Amino acid sequence: MSKPILSIDDLKLTFKIYGNQVDVLHGISLHIAHGEKVALVGESGSGKSVTARIILGLLQELTAARISGSLQFEGVDLEKLSRRDRRALRGTRMSMIFQDPTSSLNPVYPINTQFYDVLRRGNAKISVKDARMRALSLLEDVSIPEPERVLDSYSFQMSGGMNQRVMIAMALANEPSLLIADEPGTALDVTVQAQTLHLMRDLVERRGTSVLFISHNLGVVREFADRVYVIYRGRIVEQAPTRELFHNPGHAYTKALMAAVPRITGGGIPDLPADNKHFEDPMVDRFREDVQ
Amino acid sequence: MSRSEIMNAPVLEARNVSKTFVTGSHEVKALDTLNLSASKGECLAIVGESGSGKTTFANMLLGIYPPTTGEFFLDGMLLPARRNLVLRRTIQLVQQNPLSSLNPRRTVGASLRLALDVHSIGDRPGRSLRVGALLEEVGLPAEYAQRYPSALSGGQRQRIAIARALACEPEILVLDEPTSALDVLVQARVLRLLDELRHRRNLTYVFISHDLAVVRNIADCVAVFERGKLVEQARTQNLFSNPAHAYTRSLISAIPIVTDEEDELRRTMMEPRHAH
Repeated sequence: MSKPILSIDDLKLTFKIYGNQVDVLHGISLHIAHGEKVALVGESGSGKSVTARIILGLLQELTAARISGSLQFEGVDLEKLSRRDRRALRGTRMSMIFQDPTSSLNPVYPINTQFYDVLRRGNAKISVKDARMRALSLLEDVSIPEPERVLDSYSFQMSGGMNQRVMIAMALANEPSLLIADEPGTALDVTVQAQTLHLMRDLVERRGTSVLFISHNLGVVREFADRVYVIYRGRIVEQAPTRELFHNPGHAYTKALMAAVPRITGGGIPDLPADNKHFEDPMVDRFREDVQ
Repeated sequence: MSRSEIMNAPVLEARNVSKTFVTGSHEVKALDTLNLSASKGECLAIVGESGSGKTTFANMLLGIYPPTTGEFFLDGMLLPARRNLVLRRTIQLVQQNPLSSLNPRRTVGASLRLALDVHSIGDRPGRSLRVGALLEEVGLPAEYAQRYPSALSGGQRQRIAIARALACEPEILVLDEPTSALDVLVQARVLRLLDELRHRRNLTYVFISHDLAVVRNIADCVAVFERGKLVEQARTQNLFSNPAHAYTRSLISAIPIVTDEEDELRRTMMEPRHAH
């Protein structure tokens, strides 16, 4: 198997706030292979989003954050890169989609202008005209019916679903090898969420983009990911291929998460045991990779 | 026979309710001639996507603004546009985000106490005891009365919002997306609490949600709204085994699910029916 696109080893994060230390990540390790769609699933406060921000190098800008551990991206040690080189990776080799599309887009500029900025990061010499052509074809890729009209619109003139498609098109514009999607459908209605996720899945599969998919929604993860990491309070408690995880969850925490999801087949609301001491049990690792 | 069939008299009824919002020369029909009813002790779910009119319905039911046409009836009595204290006490609301519905400058105890004072429930010295009892009823220790909402977790805050609604001893509880801001483990516990409270206090719920999986497990009957129109209304079980309207089917098929059995249900549901 080829070298992973991203590998994180023993990543720790501590916040120092007013002399208090808050341990947020207790040494998490994960890797994403080429073209693989990996989900990181957990509840709020478990450390999902900070992990994404560390990979992008956004959290490192914070003086309160103490980070240790190694991050390798396309075989390069990210921590050894200069700030400038690291910045150059963002929006080109790795990109991100955030939860709320409408607040991720700038309401002051039309979509076209923002698209131009994105494309210029990948190719500084691109002409305005070429950028527009490229943006049109990217918007067609995300099944936007009238790309011309959308390019000349502002984010507030469009629906949330449409904005999220624009975000996806922008994130994939420079053909990144890694896409980080942080709760990409959570702010949308269920039917729109389902459409958007299918679209995103088809697109990354066609292009062979690796994805780190961050979500609290197990159902969404089941539809989207090849492999899942379950994170609980800054520790990875289980990792397994998606099918295996859903058929046979191994860790007490994963089992509880799974049991807590209401089923459309009925069965009432689960009675979850108040006792959760097994949530801190050691990690269940059920990923068998043929390392040759 | 289920308990809701025994107590068949509708406690709550909406007859031909419509709401049109006018902004300048622009008119938006938020709800269009709606007829709905809920029986005593029953949980009526209202589902639909954003903009379908769910919250407009709740606001009119609570008397926040009147319907453009049509009426609401409580126990067969017409609910007036301007509600007196007793009527306001009878229908209570739990909102989606407890952080914005609880006053951050008031302790939990003071928030609960205020509800008791406004509606003159119990005698003055008895009210502090009642605050403790309410907290215990929603599964929190009585000492939490001293805390501010900021010192509580999301699930605990939602329990406080529920306790505050219960303080008024309502007959009807309007729950507007009560668990959609919560994590799935917390959601399960809060839903269980709501279910217990309904049976214990014989409450009638109007449960507004976009999550059909939650609705499947808590509601007795479901009303599906699409762009201000009631497109389908059925007992919960029937709605899921045999959804009649295309919009209902598309909603059910869009829910992210976690088991193969659910996949199977969806597959059989989506199969075209030959006989009518």
